[in-house]
Amino acid sequence: MGAATGQLAPTEEIQHVTEHATRDLLRLATAGSVDDGKSTLIGRLLYDTKSVLADQLSAVEAATLARGGGEVDLALLTDGLRAEREQGITIDVAYRYFSTATRAFVLADTPGHVQYTRNMVTGASTAELAIVLVDARKGVLEQTRRHAAITALLRVPHVVLAVNKMDLVDFDEATFRSIAEEFTAYAVSLGIPDVTAVPLSALAGDNVVDRSTRTPWYDGPTLLEHLESVPVGRDALSEPFRFPVQVVIRPRTAEHPDYRGYAGRVASGVVSVGDEITVLPSGKRSTVVGIDTFDGPLTEAHAPQSVTLRLADDVDVARGDVLVPSAAEVEVGTDLVGTVCWLAEKRSVLGARLLVRVGTRTVRALLREVNARLDVDTLTVDVWDGVDTLHLVDATDTSSDIPPRALTLNAIGRVKIRLAEPVVLDEYATHRRTGGFLLVDPADGTTLAAGMIGATLLDRLTPAPSAQDDDDWFAGSGI
Amino acid sequence: MSTVTLTQLDALESEAVHVMREVAGEFERPVLLFSGGKDSIVMLHLARKAFWPAPVPFALMHVDTGHNFPEVIEYRDRVVAQHGLRLVVASVQDAIDDGRVAERADGSRNPLQTVPLLDGITAHRFDAVFGGGRRDEEKARAKERVFSLRDEFGQWDPRRQRPELWDLYNGRHKPGEHVRVFPLSNWTELDVWRYIEREQIELPSIYYSHQREVFLRDGMWLAPGEWGGPRPTETLQVRTVRYRTVGDMSCTGAVESTASTVPEVIAEVGASRLTERGATRADDRASEAAMEDRKREGYF
Repeated sequence: MGAATGQLAPTEEIQHVTEHATRDLLRLATAGSVDDGKSTLIGRLLYDTKSVLADQLSAVEAATLARGGGEVDLALLTDGLRAEREQGITIDVAYRYFSTATRAFVLADTPGHVQYTRNMVTGASTAELAIVLVDARKGVLEQTRRHAAITALLRVPHVVLAVNKMDLVDFDEATFRSIAEEFTAYAVSLGIPDVTAVPLSALAGDNVVDRSTRTPWYDGPTLLEHLESVPVGRDALSEPFRFPVQVVIRPRTAEHPDYRGYAGRVASGVVSVGDEITVLPSGKRSTVVGIDTFDGPLTEAHAPQSVTLRLADDVDVARGDVLVPSAAEVEVGTDLVGTVCWLAEKRSVLGARLLVRVGTRTVRALLREVNARLDVDTLTVDVWDGVDTLHLVDATDTSSDIPPRALTLNAIGRVKIRLAEPVVLDEYATHRRTGGFLLVDPADGTTLAAGMIGATLLDRLTPAPSAQDDDDWFAGSGI
Repeated sequence: MSTVTLTQLDALESEAVHVMREVAGEFERPVLLFSGGKDSIVMLHLARKAFWPAPVPFALMHVDTGHNFPEVIEYRDRVVAQHGLRLVVASVQDAIDDGRVAERADGSRNPLQTVPLLDGITAHRFDAVFGGGRRDEEKARAKERVFSLRDEFGQWDPRRQRPELWDLYNGRHKPGEHVRVFPLSNWTELDVWRYIEREQIELPSIYYSHQREVFLRDGMWLAPGEWGGPRPTETLQVRTVRYRTVGDMSCTGAVESTASTVPEVIAEVGASRLTERGATRADDRASEAAMEDRKREGYF
């Protein structure tokens, strides 16, 4: 083993693990480039939580030797495919697993350079926390702002700024404070509700898992302490109930000849036996008379439990329908306005016939308008005033005075889409679990874009006169 | 504020059930790969939960190398009968007899499973194939999607995989293509064991400590058989062992263990310093990229 491993020897006995019945789960994403030490940080988290096993370590040692030796590089623990190792790049989101006595972690490791938007949007979509890495010597860079912006766009509720390589600035407090203040001010301006900054050294291990003796001026949590303590539960009572129906359960067996239940996962909120519900988009009403599971009936279910609901009336319910509280006002319609991140090599084409996937429903759709684009380098919005609608502009017009008003891979833009059938149009800003959608190419099934219904960060960054008011659009409870 | 949180196992279970219901809702002919190993047994358990009180709405497929542990085949047939399931067997021996694949010099049939697997998928026109793969198993799997698109040759192209956002899984595919679906993607080996403990799921007896005649090869305890062991330099001896994975008998190694109950196994796995593949799969040791290569060819 190389010199680095001298510092890496596990200090504690491996914990035996039978008492974790109450352990919960946090999904997180990391953003940063190789240069920021991201792979080393993840390697450090895996290593110090004893999530790296002997054969994985020896594989990394062998790989290090094959590349000419030197110190065992923790970053190699997270480099997945041979193609990436040969080229020294990371091509896609990789998922890593580590755990402590109180919490298990699913980490979406997103590369910082190539296709960063596509990959980071993907990783952030399911994350409840994002770690944004900066190099203490370089401070907040353009790419740091980009990472913060995508985190805000996807409404990841918790952000950690990991100020890495503190060992290279002599653990200087002023350096850390200055970076933390600059980033926090920027994140707040994007509407990110919770930012925590941690000074650390991934390479040496300071403040990652174990508290560093070299930052006596820092009294906040180590990175892992923070990851373990950030709340993952949801405020179920304040969230609106949503239940996208996945399949209709009809056993037609001797034991259950007439059983009819609607299987799905509670996307948000709570449902109880006796609740009045409305089936959307049909608008039919009924009452929940049973919440069934394999393990027995429940009186209530909350997100994200998978259950089967039975209704009092024989109303028509199918896959793609959404059950909502009858008392709630829920928008249903065929005109979808939102922000999309383009994920495919194929560019957007106005008037293209697409499929929109929202919840468990897939409907035919028409891309009618692309009217703004977010420049993720400058974080400014180019507004394409109403001229570029389907009716006025030929999508193949390439004359030079018309901006290329198409969305290409990694572009983020505002779109208007006409749907062939009505769907529930929950705003992503307040309904993170139901306000997202996919655009799919009906020809080959390619996922073209991921979208968020309603106003997003893009609208917040749009200049006057179409600028949004200063309402705190991030204040909603949707997580 | 009334904060509610699912435990990790409840969250993983709910996610897997959600994935299985998505497949039932979106595909015509799903099938569940069933080896009799613990991951496929957990998948079957989750499928029973997902569709209760209806029966599991898809068949099981066993890719049979012909080098089976008798305890596993007995378990398989008993479970199929007990739950009224349909079992499809894709046989490596048949593929060898038909000349579709050739026996290897080292006798291992694990790498030969790909051809009968793909032939079985084609013959039965399966469009979604549940596999028990987990992302924690191996580096090439860390980038695997929950819904993994395969072309008509069953090949996996990491650059063609679709991004997966939120819980919106895109299973659209062209005729001849199919989708591999991994409901246990986010589970670790320990999660699987804790779930087996919590749900009191029965496993084949080879997962627990027993006396077996074995010989040592490359640091692994292998069971003897006509497939190539022991060699003259290798000696048979009776050891107290158990298996951490179920696979082809020729290349699935036993580990020395006295763990005879689920809690004892959990304690052992928790303390283990080897991943289960590293400890027990000779074929993954061939090269660091062995799994990446086999995945590209259409392996599980």
